[in-house]
Amino acid sequence: MIRFILLQNRQGKTRLAKYYIPLEESEKHKVEYEVHRLVVNRDPKFTNFVEFRTHKVIYRRYAGLFFSLCVDITDNELAYLESIHLFVEILDHFFSNVCELDLVFNFHKVYLILDEFILAGELQETSKKAIIERMGELEKQE
Amino acid sequence: MILTKARIRKSCDFGIVEMNLKSKSEVSVQESLLQLDLVELSRSFKTDPIMNPFSSGTRLRDMIRAIRSCKTAAEERAVVRKECAAIRAAISENDQDYSHRNLAKLMFIHMLGYPTHFGQMECLKLIASPGFPEKRIGYLGLMLLLDERQEVLMLVTNSIKQDLNHTNQYIAGLALCALGNICSAEMARDLAPEVERLLQFRDPNIRKKAALCSIRIIKKVPDLAENFVNPAAALLKEKHHGVLLTGVLLCTDLCKVSKEALEYFRKKCTDGLVKVLRDVVNSPYAPEYDVSGIADPFLHIRLLRLLCVLGQGAADVSDTMNDILAQVATKTESNKNAGNAILYECVATIMSIEDNGGLRVLAVNILGKFLSSRDNNIRYVALNMLMKAIALDSQAVQRHRTTLLECVKDSDASIRKRALDLVYLLVNESNVKSLTKELIDYLEVSDSEFKGDLTAKICPIVEKFSPEKIWYIDQMLKVLSVAGNYVKDEVWHALIVVITNASNLHGYTVRSLYRAVQTAGEQETLVRVAVWCIGEYGEMLVNNAGMLDGEDSITVTESEAVDVVETAIIRHLDLPTRAMCLIALLKLSSRFSSCSQRISNIVLHYKGSLVLELQQRAIEFNSIIEKHHNIRSVLVERMPALDEATYSSRRAGSVPAAVSTSQGAPLNLPNGVAKHTSSPLVDLLDLTSDDVTAPSSSGGDFLQDLLGVDPSLDLSHPGTNQTQKSSNDVLLDLLSIGTPPAQSSSSMPDMLSPSQDNKNSLDVLDTLTSPPAPSVQASSPVGSSMMDLLDGFGASSSVPVAENNGPTLPSIVAENNGLTLPSIVAFESSSLRVTFNFTKQPENPQTALIEAQFINKSPNIYSNFTFQAAVPKFLQLHLDPASSDTLSANGNGLITQKLRLTNSLHGKKSLVMRIRISYKMNDRDILEEGQINNFPRDL
Repeated sequence: MIRFILLQNRQGKTRLAKYYIPLEESEKHKVEYEVHRLVVNRDPKFTNFVEFRTHKVIYRRYAGLFFSLCVDITDNELAYLESIHLFVEILDHFFSNVCELDLVFNFHKVYLILDEFILAGELQETSKKAIIERMGELEKQE
Repeated sequence: MILTKARIRKSCDFGIVEMNLKSKSEVSVQESLLQLDLVELSRSFKTDPIMNPFSSGTRLRDMIRAIRSCKTAAEERAVVRKECAAIRAAISENDQDYSHRNLAKLMFIHMLGYPTHFGQMECLKLIASPGFPEKRIGYLGLMLLLDERQEVLMLVTNSIKQDLNHTNQYIAGLALCALGNICSAEMARDLAPEVERLLQFRDPNIRKKAALCSIRIIKKVPDLAENFVNPAAALLKEKHHGVLLTGVLLCTDLCKVSKEALEYFRKKCTDGLVKVLRDVVNSPYAPEYDVSGIADPFLHIRLLRLLCVLGQGAADVSDTMNDILAQVATKTESNKNAGNAILYECVATIMSIEDNGGLRVLAVNILGKFLSSRDNNIRYVALNMLMKAIALDSQAVQRHRTTLLECVKDSDASIRKRALDLVYLLVNESNVKSLTKELIDYLEVSDSEFKGDLTAKICPIVEKFSPEKIWYIDQMLKVLSVAGNYVKDEVWHALIVVITNASNLHGYTVRSLYRAVQTAGEQETLVRVAVWCIGEYGEMLVNNAGMLDGEDSITVTESEAVDVVETAIIRHLDLPTRAMCLIALLKLSSRFSSCSQRISNIVLHYKGSLVLELQQRAIEFNSIIEKHHNIRSVLVERMPALDEATYSSRRAGSVPAAVSTSQGAPLNLPNGVAKHTSSPLVDLLDLTSDDVTAPSSSGGDFLQDLLGVDPSLDLSHPGTNQTQKSSNDVLLDLLSIGTPPAQSSSSMPDMLSPSQDNKNSLDVLDTLTSPPAPSVQASSPVGSSMMDLLDGFGASSSVPVAENNGPTLPSIVAENNGLTLPSIVAFESSSLRVTFNFTKQPENPQTALIEAQFINKSPNIYSNFTFQAAVPKFLQLHLDPASSDTLSANGNGLITQKLRLTNSLHGKKSLVMRIRISYKMNDRDILEEGQINNFPRDL
């Protein structure tokens, strides 16, 4: 199960933070700080997996953004790595060639996409097309 | 389709180009996330395709832009404060029109890390409003600003309940999403029926959300699991990938919380699941779910994981999935991450389900292939899985040993660490030498931060599997030379214990250490061991004693040996090292007479040390070196062999050892002995009245630990305080007397002057009573000095004197017809032979009477012949004066000496004795030592 998802830039600014476990605000900030520290200076040749407290963080860097998932120690790291890529592809498709600013100004949309992709810490849909279509339908509701 | 829509919108948005041009500069500095192509010109015309909820004004955008343009944190805080104030005002005015925009702003502010709790109630209001846009922001705010622990959440239960039943399925979707992400146990109970119903909703989007929501519910309230079993089983028959995926997940979690569910799925669903997996594996290309040529790897993985849960502990269920697992394991493409993810999950399933030898070999081979991959991620997961596999089939894992060793050398720390853990588990008697060699070779070139980990693994391997002591010592010296600064204290403590016990290797070890220190003098622990050994066995370094076959001899002068210690004490600032150096110097001062003055000067230098410990040692040692030549050689005798069993059992978890290391006390193990040996002794002899030393009782305990003395034994000693007790023990140990303190008063004079008519003890006394007393008159000073010496015991002084000078009591006893036992050759060297003849009195089986005979095998006469013996605590030893102190050459005469040995553990422990013989040959002092283990069994 995914414990939390973080999107952070190289400077450590959090662009998206989704927690599937309850944490105090102060604890969340601590987590975000620590995860950023963990991933930001890692050699790109190293694994995309880092142990974090009793869990592990699966992260992947796209341009200046780090996508980090914190998952259980027994979870399939490779699968989550693949799901990060799928998420980025969805974002890229939705914002057509996504960049960090898209995520800043449309953060609420990013959350909406994420809620169509992952729910309760588990993958909900694995088809890019299905999610993009769903987003179209939701937008019509606005 | 979406794309075209977006393009259309782009062209329509030319009207607001002006506004977007402003954002161009911001956009153009950003890199494309996917790096497909960098910023194109058209990009600047692109607007947000989803501006609607805030189209009445771009104020969210404005706020974000204002915040982004802030140059300092203070500026940012000011903007945020202003915005928050405006939002608060709007909330208190109950401004309905902009409330969802305000909440959106608040969420952004929240993401920046500012407090936003005042917006919580606003979320609830928005959720309760009728429209989708308000609800969407309301639920988003709920999930961001609140979590399951807030009581406010209870207020929203009813709204969620209504929304779950809403006719608009998108609103029901919002409610399900919020419930799935933050529901509490109470909400789970309240809303479970709605969610259960939605599992059969016509729209698949709702069904999959309901399935994941159910997972949250059963995790919060496991009792509810039974309600979900049937609907979950129905989901497994779905064709829609998303619903199937979430259905499989729900079933997996149901199995985890409910045994009944697990049994149910095992019986009813295994075959179906195997079929589903087969269909997925063999499905034709489906672009929608395709990831690098594999149709929906995520579904593969989820199915495999559920099969794993079902197969665990159920042989028949495991049997039904063998074929499909074999198919997945052999057919899946392994050149892309997605394929490897499936293979990895498949291996995990094979490892977890009930035994099938063939499949497991297949699985370990897949992992072997993973290990040789160039992708670190793949190697990482392979190592993780091999850790599990090693418990099932270590033989199969052994085959990949060489690849694993390569992984130990990887640049990525997480790979290295795992590989090292695995290699550690793979070591056995047969491969220990080659693996250790590899690891030590690597130790030389590894990163400094990894050296600690490496040594922490290498040392126990060497310790546990070492085939012989010399190999152990060699390997440890290598480790210390390369990474001595990284090993833990236990490691070199253990090494010293082993060295003391390997009496035939003392010379070899000290010479090896001497060589090692020349090249690796910066490795502190190596230096400590070297200094300790040079202190103990320095003479073997200089005279090349105890050469092994094939060992290169080295020429080291006494002064060069002192050089090592001097360099160490100057170079290393660490207190334990310096203290050990001082001890070594003290010991060398008596062994290397040529360097005595130089050593004295070095020691003297530390008299002014600001470190109390060093100062005290320097003063005490200096006093011993300068003023007390006569007792010095006795004081600095070689340490007895430390008891390995006691040491290792102490290390294994008893409190005192742990305390001594964890406190980082400056008293290091082997050295601590010597320290406390000397200072209490000095106290006892009252030699340095101006240097008041106060050995702490804890030091005494520590010491007793070291010497393997059971503390309970000491508690039984009457009438002495802790310090005196320990110091007394120390004294006895130092003098190689094994008798407990209660008897010490009687054995002491014998020990000091076994064959020389109290000459030695008189020498001791010279320091107190200036004129050398003739031996005949010795008796009374002996008595009184012994009082001094053993001050604190309050033992009667007359006893030892009387015994000493009286008729040889044992010889009389020996004439009583006791049991006669076979004689043994207790000790034999090239120059000397010692035989023991035994007699025993039947009425006193605990006591053995020994007549020792010394024969000179050399052509020279020995004078000043002294025999000393030491025994463990459970034995009591009484030595009578020897028949003579001169031994004529070529075996033409012999000295006899009687010993009485009482074994308090008769029948349980056999006798053991260490002996030391010193004599003068051609005016040279000779010292011989040995241990006697070959006492007759029933003695």
